[in-house]
This record gives sequence, structure tokens and C-alpha cells, in this order.
Amino acid sequence: MNPAVAQRACRDTPVLKERGQREVFCGLTGIVWLHRKMQDAFFLVVGSRTCAHLLQAAAGVMIFAEPRFGTAILEEKDLAGLADANAELDREVARLLSRRPDIRQLFLVGSCPSEVIKLDLARAAERLNAAHAPQVRVLNYSGSGIETTFTEGEDACLEAMVPGLGTTRDAGLLVVGALPDVVEDQMLGLLAAIGIPNVRCLPARRFADLPALGPNTRVALVQPFLAATHAALVKRGAQPVTAPFPFGAEGTTLWLHAVAAAFAIPRERVEAVIAAPRARAERAVATVAATLRGKRIFFFPDSQLEIPLARFLARECGMIPVEVGTPYLHRELMGPELDLLPAGPTLSEGQDVERQLDRVRAARPDLTVCGLGLANPLEAEGLATKWAIELVFTPVHFYEQAADLAGLFARPLRRRALLTPEAAE
Amino acid sequence: MKLTLWTYEGPPHVGAMRVATAMKGLHYVLHAPQGDTYADLLFTMIERRNHRPPVTYTTFQARDLGADTANLFKDAAREAFARFRPQAMIVGASCTAELIQDDPGGLAEALALPIPVIPLDLPSYSRKENFGADETFFQIVKVLAKPLPRTEAVSCNLIGPTALGFRHRDDVTEMTRLLGAMGIAVNVCAPLDATPADIARIGAAHFNVLMYPETAETAARHLEKLLGQPFTRIVPIGTHATRDFLAEVATITGLPLPAEAGLRQPWYAASVDSTYLTGKRVFIFGDGTHAIAAARIAAREIGFEVVGLGCYNREQARPLRAAAKTYGIEALVTDDYLEVEAEIARLQPELILGTQMERHIAKRLGIPCAVISAPVHVQDFPARYSPQMGFEGANVIFDTWVHPLVMGLEEHLLTMFREDFEFHDAAGPSHHGAKASARPEALADPAGASGGDISGQKMPEGASGDVIWLADAERELKKIPFFVRGKAKRNTEKFAADKGVTAISIDTLYEAKAHYAR
Repeated sequence: MNPAVAQRACRDTPVLKERGQREVFCGLTGIVWLHRKMQDAFFLVVGSRTCAHLLQAAAGVMIFAEPRFGTAILEEKDLAGLADANAELDREVARLLSRRPDIRQLFLVGSCPSEVIKLDLARAAERLNAAHAPQVRVLNYSGSGIETTFTEGEDACLEAMVPGLGTTRDAGLLVVGALPDVVEDQMLGLLAAIGIPNVRCLPARRFADLPALGPNTRVALVQPFLAATHAALVKRGAQPVTAPFPFGAEGTTLWLHAVAAAFAIPRERVEAVIAAPRARAERAVATVAATLRGKRIFFFPDSQLEIPLARFLARECGMIPVEVGTPYLHRELMGPELDLLPAGPTLSEGQDVERQLDRVRAARPDLTVCGLGLANPLEAEGLATKWAIELVFTPVHFYEQAADLAGLFARPLRRRALLTPEAAE
Repeated sequence: MKLTLWTYEGPPHVGAMRVATAMKGLHYVLHAPQGDTYADLLFTMIERRNHRPPVTYTTFQARDLGADTANLFKDAAREAFARFRPQAMIVGASCTAELIQDDPGGLAEALALPIPVIPLDLPSYSRKENFGADETFFQIVKVLAKPLPRTEAVSCNLIGPTALGFRHRDDVTEMTRLLGAMGIAVNVCAPLDATPADIARIGAAHFNVLMYPETAETAARHLEKLLGQPFTRIVPIGTHATRDFLAEVATITGLPLPAEAGLRQPWYAASVDSTYLTGKRVFIFGDGTHAIAAARIAAREIGFEVVGLGCYNREQARPLRAAAKTYGIEALVTDDYLEVEAEIARLQPELILGTQMERHIAKRLGIPCAVISAPVHVQDFPARYSPQMGFEGANVIFDTWVHPLVMGLEEHLLTMFREDFEFHDAAGPSHHGAKASARPEALADPAGASGGDISGQKMPEGASGDVIWLADAERELKKIPFFVRGKAKRNTEKFAADKGVTAISIDTLYEAKAHYAR
């Protein structure tokens, strides 16, 4: 790391910590992408009508008659007696599994109401495991809003899978974080070409493909919101690889170099493999960056992707971050990112949405990254916005997606210029 | 505990949000955990509202539960008042907050705010969205509406329209125009665009127009009892219902009926090109009010055959069952999406009139569909004027329902040229976007019969039940235009079963056709 860069970066920037109304999803939302990733898993939320309604609203459209997720809606009689609630849960699970013989993993997902009434889903999972093993493995985690913010639901899900992973002494790499299959395949191609042995992914696409780990396993995150999973894997003896996250050409390059270094693979070999895709990515990003250069950007807290994205947009696209909000700031995992993010923006953690709206109105940034509840109201106030949720649903990691990632931010600006050319001046 | 994949209605506090978001000068302080703010996007994205719903969520987290969630509520309510300066406030709990029993009403009262604070008690574990809207509007009316001298000229209130309602915005305009033609002014329209001060003026009207029983019936009954304001029972969706509604208003007010202006639907239905609509089999599902209205239009104004009628809100089960009886069918009252899908697959209608949920079912089964009721999606909030109520509403409905169907002349062409490569089934209606592609040559299904599985993309083409289709007969069945094929298949199978025939041949097919000829 160039020390001059580090000095001007955000590592020591004081963080504005806020408490108040949070305009964010709860962790249940992660089910929307996790169930697509794990093709033989079913996610059963034990919760209220609100939980079911949230999932439906977050999923946006219903593509599947019988999706691989559902909500066991608690009713008044379940609240009256927990013993009955357990019996009801067993019955619903048995019915579900008999209708869906393709299911190999069942996640019981805790919600706000199930946490508050202290419905013990860990014990329920044990009980159901005994009943349905070996055909189905039953796990549990909490995606409740009282415990998890949006992407933390994936963290809780993956963390719950860690104790069940097998043990190996083979040297290898475990890549952690759900990526779209196409991106995962690109990544596996790069890692194979570099010569990384035994590359496995968590989550795996199928139950049978779940990885094993041990003291010779290196763990590298591809998503910044997986702190608990990371800690659980390290606790099981795996060795962490710390690096910036693979967003943009620079992030991808630094990430691949860090991984290769952990396996003592020479830098030249990495450089040889990445030369072409890296150049391609830089070229493509440069085209899109023309729209973004010099534009001021404001991040509302949402997915914990905010700091890595601000780093990418600032360093590779020439944008000027004004405020970078994140629901939680994990100093340890975010250190390499903060070292790269140029000093200047306010860093905020947590949220008081009304106060943050006051700040964004005062700052009048060129682009505001925010949740779906805020986007149209801010547009109506004349602020261009980018929906944050698209950043977790769209393939954005590694070289071939670097320009697509930049494009997600450029499109609202280009659109605004098309519709109101006078305002774009 | 009930396993739910998709829901027709949200929780009751979302109903309260529909009322709060529709109104102006009202603020809702909702005791709720982090994440319940998802409901904002229903309004800002689906309805494209340019303002956030006027809702403050207390956003408690696990660490607050052991500490003091009650103070969190009080702070949130106090700050919301200071920031938004509403004329009145509603306070309540979402499902999780209901469990921690903080009593938002009592806490808010202790703040002694200088405005009316209306507590809501919405049981999340037994009731749903429509109840929440109805109850919230009732509580607001109960607190704010007071007896007043009546306006000199005859006036009414329009009650029921909310945020996220199906065409409520345009229905209000249409009703205002329709009543205006009778010389009746609208005193207050609520909740949509009303302020708490407007609610206080409700008593000045001579009667109430109950536009949507789902969201305002309790308030209408309360106002009838408290203020002696009669309310209209007929929901003016469709030509006949609009005429009946105007007659009802004339009875209440003693005013003469207005001239019918701008009504085209009856002539459009009578014109010869509409002949092809005769007896088309429709399946209708939605909220009770819209489903009942749609069935009446379908059967009596367009000449469809109503083969299925249902609603998801149990509150309307009784009138819906009564309506179904008049069409000689059994009503389907359920909020289980899979049950609705199974019923549609069984009935194989030629048109589905439903909610956005049925639109997805229709897409999967390859059946034309039009949306008639909430829940709806972003495309059901059109930029153009498109009411459901009144005479213009009748025109809009005619156009909307006929649009997804293959047009009359086109049907004749399809029949005449059904062997032609461009007119095969999958080509679809010519006025829709999809590109017609040539029929694959290898049509033959070498198997003697195929199974009756309905898990595929399209309607089942093969046999169902114990009767099998011989290969010849199955090929012949495929030559029948797709919009009548379902009927032909079902009739043939029933005919075969009645005759004890287990294998359907071409002869069986045409014998059945002759048998059912009308």
C-alpha cells in the first residue's frame, strides 16, 4: 500500500453514528436471492402476515407458482400456547416436505414475532432433523428485523451452515458470499487459471456440493456483509484472506492478488492471467465513467456494500462521495477499503432517516443511492436516485461486470439528461 | 399456523397506512421493528407516489426489548409531531409491537399533544389489510366527525377511496361528475385527499356514497347511526349497477335522474362484431365488491358465461355466495393462492378477471386475463384516465376485458386458416406484442396419450382422469382453435366418461361435439 494514499484515505475518519427510524429491509429479504442460489433448499419463515407481505413486495413479481420459500403465519392460537405452535410447525413442515421431495435443505427462518414469543427454532430444527434425516437437513437462523438488517440475513444463513460443514486438511480456498452463477463461474475460471487449489463456494448451489474446511483452508469474502460467517469460519480454524472486495477492476485485481499471495503464488503469474480481462474492464469502465466523473454521490445505508462501492466510484469513475452511509461498519473487514477510499465524505453508521434526508437536501448531490421507499419521493424533489436493492440483485462482481456496475450509476444520470436536458447542464 | 406462499392482503397496519397515506395533514406513528418500513415502497413504487407515506416507525431492535421500547415510542411520537405538525395523529402497533404490549394509545395520550391522537387496535394475528383500512377510517371518523347543520343544497360525501386502491383516483373523479349531473355536490371525499379538518365537516352532507364497502362500511354505518346520514348500498360498477345506483340516489334525495351521457358500452356489446364474445367462459376473482360487480357485467352486459366466482376477503363472503348462486355456480372464498390456481386449471376458462395474482396464474396457464381488483401492481396505475365506476367506467371495462381476447374477425380467420402456418395457436392475438413464429413441423406426439399433469407452462393438452386420448383424436383436438379447445376437451371427456368410453377416438370427439351442439 502506498503510504501517501493511506494518509489521505478514510481509515481514521470519525464516523457519524445515528439512531432513529431506519428505512431498510430486514434480513428476511435475503431469502429472495438465497433461494435462487441454493437450488435444493426451502426457506420457511416462521412469522406473521407482515413477513409474507414483505417477501412478496421485495420479490417484486411472482414468477413461480410454488416458490422455494414460504411463511408459516402465526395465528392467535399459536401465540396462546407454544406447545401447540411446535406441533403446528411440525405438521406444516411434514406437509411441505411431502409435497416437495426435491428439497434437501430446509431453513427455518426466525422473524420478529417468533423471536419475541421465544419460539425456539433451534430446538425445532433438531426435532425436525431427527424426523426427516437423512433426506432433508433442517437448519435455522434468524432473519428478524430486530436482529438483522437486510444483507445480514445472508450472513445469519451462512453462519448457520458453518457448524455442519465437513473437515479437511487439504489446502484450498473457500469463497464466501452468494454470487450469481454466471459471476461465480467467471471467478472460478480466474482462480483456476491462477492456480488456486480446491476452490469451493459457500453457499453451494446444491446440498451435495457443500464445502469442507480445516486449518489449511483460506477464506476470502466476496461480500462485505458476512462478518459473523467470517468469524465462525475463522473460529473453525480457517485462515482469513483480507483484501478489498472484488468490485471494479482495481478491487478485483487486489482481491485476486491477496488470494494468490495466501497460496504463495508469484505475482507475475497472477498478472499474466488477469492482464486481458483487467484491461478489458478498465476500458469498459472508462467509457461509462465519462458520465460519472466529477458527479457528487450520497449513499443512504442499505446493504453494507456502500463503502466498497464508494471506493470504486471514487477511484475508478471519478465520482465525489459526499456521504457514505452504512447500516454497520465492521472496521476489521472494511479496513482495506477505508485505506483506499479518498478522504472527504462523511461516513455514517446506522440511520435517523429524517435527519439524513435533511442532510441530503442540504447537500443536493448529483446522485443519491437509497431504498425503494425513498427513491420516487427524492426524484420528485429533483434529486436523481439509484435504487440500492438493484446492487444486490444484479451481477456486479469481478472484471466482466465492472462496467455494468458503473452503468447502474450512470443510467439514472443519462436518463435525466435525456428527459430534462436543461437540468443536466 | 398456516403456510402461505403469496398473500392477497397485507397485515392490518398496512390497511391503516392506506388510509393515512391517502389523507393529508394526518400522521401515523407505528410501533414497529426495523424492516417494517418495507411497506413504504408499496406506495412510492407501485402507486408511484411522490411523497413518503406519512408514517414514523419506531424501529426497535433486539437490544431495545430488554430496555425501554415505551420511551422509544414516546420519543418517536413527540419528534414526529414536532417535525410534521399534523392536524391529527393515529398511533398503533405492527404485529411484533402488538406482542410487547406497550400500549401506543396510552403512551401517546400521556404526551398530551395539542391535537387529536387516535389509537388504533388492529389485531395482526387474526385480521388483515382491508379490516385495517376499514377500522382505521372508522376510528378517525368516530373521533373527528360531529353533527353539523346540513348544506343548503343537496350534498354527499364520497367515502372509501384509499391509497393503493384499484382505480380509486379516477373513480372519485367519475363519481363527482356523475353526481354533479344530478346537481349533487361532493361535501367531503375521504380518506383520499381529505384532511382531519375535512373529516370534521362530514356531517354537513345529506348522505354518504359508500364507494368501497371493503374500506368504509363501518364508517358509513356509524355515520348513519350518529348523524342520520343514509348511505348508498349499490356500488356503481357496470352500466346496470350505475343505473341502479342513480335510482338509489334519486330515492334518497328526491332529485330527478340525470340524462345518460357518454355511455358507449351497451352499443359496443350489441354491435355484431361482439357476437364472438357470446358464452365465453370467464373466471372471476378479487375482492368481494369488484368480483360481484364484474360477474354482473360479464353475464348481463357482455354475454359471457361466468364459470367461476370468488373472493379473498371473508367479510364479503355472504353477498358473494348469493351472487354466485344466481349464476348457478359455487362461490370460491379463499385466500389460498394455490387453491385459486387449481380451480382455474380445472375450469379452463377462456378469460380470467382477477387480481395481479391471477394475472400470474393466467400467464402460466396461457389464458387471457384482465385485472379487476386489488391487489394490483404498478401497471394497474395507468397514466390515463381509467375509472371503473360510472358510465365511463363501463366503457373502460368493456375495452379492458375485450383487449386480451383474440378479436372477433381474427377468430374467424383462425378457424378458416387454422392449418396455415401463421395461424397456429402459439401465434397469439395480432394486436399484442409477441411475434408470431412459424409452427414447428414436427407436431406429432408419438405417444398414444400423454398424462394430465398441470405443472407445465401451458394448459393441459392431454388426457386427464381415467380417460385416455388416442393419438389420432389428440391430433384432431389440437386442430381445434385453442380458445375453444379447453371446452371441447372437457366436454369430450365428460361425454366419454358418461358413456363409459375409456379411450377417446376421433369419432368420440365428434360424437361429443354433436351431443353438446346448441
